[in-house]
Amino acid sequence: MSDSPHAIATHDPNLQHHFATAEQQQDASVMGMWVFLITEIMFFGGMFFGYMIYRYLHYQAWSEGSQHMDFWWGTINTVVLLCSSLTMAMGVRSAQLGRRKAIVIFLVITILFGLAFLGIKAIEYHHHWVSQEFPGLHWHWEGPNGQEVALFFSFYWAMTGFHALHMIIGVGLVSYIIFQAQKGRYNESYFNPVENVGLYWHFVDLVWIYLYPLLYLISNKHTSG
Amino acid sequence: MAAIAAPIPERENYLNKEYGIKSWLLTTDHKRIALLYLLSITFFFFIGGFFALLIRLELLTPAGDLVQADTYNKLFTMHGQVMVFFFLIPAVPAVLGNFLVPMMIGARDLAFPRVNLLSWYLYMIGAVIMLYTILTGGADTGWTFYTPLSTQFATNVIGAALSIFVVGFSSILTGLNFIVTVHRMRAPGMTWSRLPLFVWANYATAIIQVLGTPVLAITLMLVALERIFKLGIFDPRLGGDPLLFQHLFWFYSHPAVYIMILPGMGVVSEIVSCFSRKRVFGYKFMALAVIAIAVLGFLVWAHHMFVAGISLYAGMVFSFLSYLVAIPSAIKVFNWTATMYKGSISYSTPMLYAFGFIGLFTMGGLTGLFLAALGLNVHVTDTYFVVAHFHYIMVGGMVIAYLAGIHFWWPKISGRMYPEFWGKLAAMIIFVGFNLTFFPQFVLGYMGMPRRYWQYSPEFQILNVLSTAGATILAVGYLLPMLYLLWSMRYGKIADENPWGAVGLEWMTTSPPTTYNFDETPVVTWEAYDYEHPPLREVPVER
Amino acid sequence: MFENLPLWPARASTLAGNVDALYIFLLILSGFMCLAIFSMITVFAVRYRRRAGVEAEQIEGSNALEFTWTFIPLGIFLVIFVWGTIVYFQGRTPPQGAAEIYTVAKQWMWKFQHIEGQREINELHVPVGRDVRMIMTSQDVIHSFYVPAFRVKQDVLPGRYTVAWFHATKPGTYHLFCAEYCGTMHSGMVGSVVVMEPAQYEAWLSGGGASGSLAETGQGIFQSLGCSTCHRMDTQGRGPNLTGVFGKPVLLEDGRTVTADENYVRESILNPGAKVVSGFKPIMPTFQGLVSEEQLNALVAYVKSLAQPPAGAAGTPNLKPPTSQTPKTTK
Repeated sequence: MSDSPHAIATHDPNLQHHFATAEQQQDASVMGMWVFLITEIMFFGGMFFGYMIYRYLHYQAWSEGSQHMDFWWGTINTVVLLCSSLTMAMGVRSAQLGRRKAIVIFLVITILFGLAFLGIKAIEYHHHWVSQEFPGLHWHWEGPNGQEVALFFSFYWAMTGFHALHMIIGVGLVSYIIFQAQKGRYNESYFNPVENVGLYWHFVDLVWIYLYPLLYLISNKHTSG
Repeated sequence: MAAIAAPIPERENYLNKEYGIKSWLLTTDHKRIALLYLLSITFFFFIGGFFALLIRLELLTPAGDLVQADTYNKLFTMHGQVMVFFFLIPAVPAVLGNFLVPMMIGARDLAFPRVNLLSWYLYMIGAVIMLYTILTGGADTGWTFYTPLSTQFATNVIGAALSIFVVGFSSILTGLNFIVTVHRMRAPGMTWSRLPLFVWANYATAIIQVLGTPVLAITLMLVALERIFKLGIFDPRLGGDPLLFQHLFWFYSHPAVYIMILPGMGVVSEIVSCFSRKRVFGYKFMALAVIAIAVLGFLVWAHHMFVAGISLYAGMVFSFLSYLVAIPSAIKVFNWTATMYKGSISYSTPMLYAFGFIGLFTMGGLTGLFLAALGLNVHVTDTYFVVAHFHYIMVGGMVIAYLAGIHFWWPKISGRMYPEFWGKLAAMIIFVGFNLTFFPQFVLGYMGMPRRYWQYSPEFQILNVLSTAGATILAVGYLLPMLYLLWSMRYGKIADENPWGAVGLEWMTTSPPTTYNFDETPVVTWEAYDYEHPPLREVPVER
Repeated sequence: MFENLPLWPARASTLAGNVDALYIFLLILSGFMCLAIFSMITVFAVRYRRRAGVEAEQIEGSNALEFTWTFIPLGIFLVIFVWGTIVYFQGRTPPQGAAEIYTVAKQWMWKFQHIEGQREINELHVPVGRDVRMIMTSQDVIHSFYVPAFRVKQDVLPGRYTVAWFHATKPGTYHLFCAEYCGTMHSGMVGSVVVMEPAQYEAWLSGGGASGSLAETGQGIFQSLGCSTCHRMDTQGRGPNLTGVFGKPVLLEDGRTVTADENYVRESILNPGAKVVSGFKPIMPTFQGLVSEEQLNALVAYVKSLAQPPAGAAGTPNLKPPTSQTPKTTK
């Protein structure tokens, strides 16, 4: 008696017991994901802040380091991620419309794009490693600005490394959604998890949109000969 | 709807609903999770306290004769890290906040109960890593991890950094949970302007947790990476800047002190109101003040760096902002005092603790004005003056507020009353012991005794002896509640729904509450702290 | 006034009195505030204690009171802020013409190099009644130079110079403490500052076995390391002529203009590619790892000592003409 939940019109199997209505649950869930993404902004923000400081202090070295990035791979990766966000959004839309097969197809394509991104990143990392561009561990640099270029590369590895880690987690999350979607878990009235994973995926994509110009596109206008 | 049923031997409540270790370790009930936290943080409080005792014993004599220099450095580092990250930051939010915030807003649980349990598990994982770090010798960087000491020298840095990284995520998730809960889970009629100030305080705290902690996470990550891979982000020999570390570190660690104190202020508001039988004076200003503290708290971090090598103009900016953040705190002290005016005041244990809080927080806060004054800061920073300042606020403020809250809500949490005589006695012992421990440290600081000193110049001895004497008294004071609260769980007087006659949703349900808190979702039609027309509830069942 | 109180640090510099005055003001203010709040709470607690039949009076608040106790503290805080800022600027703006002493901090000792050539470890002799400017750097981690009797403290950082200054007013021996935790023997990194009457100080300076002034030592290093090969005293060198450079603006290859202060000279030796002078190529090798901190200090002292070029003599081609004669130094 003391435990009886208050009356609900129909017993919705997706409604968790501590929520009064499905709408409240949905609102809370989406808000929770947004708050989490804000924490992620602060997390990456620390690295962006350090990057900006050193770029201001050592622009030449930053520019030199940027010249050593694989411009084409980076550009392709940017396009890959943008496409993956498109297919992710299509996947969420399919969930909203309750189209089980479409959800699975779009999310599988999203994962393929994600894996392509990670694969290309692996190629880039391998290239940088054999070129001895890993500060501290495996580093060799010809030229006067070695110290500061090493700093640039430290940020490169750290920022893209954490980004790649988030991508891997994203691929895992999307896989879970595909698995659940296959079982028919999501429909017009319950697609919240798909929406939330979508938000996460878009966020990780957005971080790359910032990383790409900051790491790959620093102009060499100001460097000396 | 209240129904009168036949008297039953013991009502079902969140404690006796299910027994067995699994029902506790896999619970999603915010009240049980609060108790899990209570056990964990109490354990770490005594570990941190033990380290403090060893520190104070060493400081009885000017020479380093109790432990070796390295050991001493590890003691103060581990004391700081354990107390800050494993006690002070989670104490009120994860114990009292977890237990009470859903009840105070008329909800059945937090927005994300499983995330809540995850928070506790993250805390425990961080705790295990911290214990491992301690057992393998402990870190010796100071809790502040300054580079290049932490990136190139020092020991056990990665273990300590990793444990704090993990427990930081516990804190972030708790904050996230509270924010969404307060926004989305309020019962009908519970508008923002009717929220208890304890909820406002935890909400403001949650904002800081969510925005600040990730910066600490990435900073510690970078320190670990630098240590492992010799990167050079903070190493001047490799083009880096040690001051970048300090900026990033303090960007979190200053707001962190507000994470620690704001919930305590929320507790004090509830207690002063209840034991004066009056609404809190200036409710709107009190609510705005906690938000102002949270926001302004993010703008003052470099007041820890006035002598670190920042420019004079940067110093000016941060000094000015530091004075601004003092204003809302002052407003709160004045409002608590004004709440007592023409009240009907009872001197119960929680109220005694609240008096202690107001007095000691005022003293600690005033010494913040000393530290914010640039010219004076140069002399007293990095001395015992700072140590005294933050202990007045953390221990004299926060720990006392925490104990106040534990006593105040003990009947609700456990269904039992604590023994009032022992409660009052412990409160007074703590107050005396605390002042004796930390007041001499203000004098020591101005005299010039630097902090983190294993051995010191002989003229500082007498004050150090006084301080250690106080610490032993304080230790006794802290042991007493441990003992009598445990005792009360078995032998304490059985508490009814509202032993204090307080106004608040948590007092309108059984002690201890049922798993879902309320028989029916409450509909709120009264303002916060309405002692004039306290909302009544028919108590349905005889005990 | 407070000279002989056992619980008060000695006052031995021109700054000490100013800092103490601010402190005493804050003590009085805080004492007053505590008295006010504590007595009000006590009075209320007693006067309004719970009594049968007496109800609490429900008072919502008072905007007038809130504004009063917001703006009056704000006003007082602004006064403290301004006062503190003034003392801060005084304490951290070395006057022109101060005597310079170079400091190298390392785990766990203080090394001092006087311009005249004297070297000391953990003990610092200074004359009374003169401005003294400490140019400090660390060999390893962050330390902090703290002399309580002077009310002076400044973190000492690796990789750059930081500066502290004081004007001692009373002969005597005073504590020197490291005030930034720096590892095992942080609490052992202590020493003393010995303030001497001017005559005694001169005697002390000449008494020691100094091998020439710091600048002379620097000149020796300048030659032995081959610096003079490129940095010739004319315009033919592959590197800029360093005569008269110190304290003046320098135009760099990338268009920036920086001031040639101690940090600039130091950086130019350890990381020459960072700031290449306009009109020169980035061919200077780095001396990181080849010079100790003490040698760097000697080199900086030497560069500082290079006199202004006489009017009409050829200087470095791309230097902007000096705008003032007074050299700018590291703040």
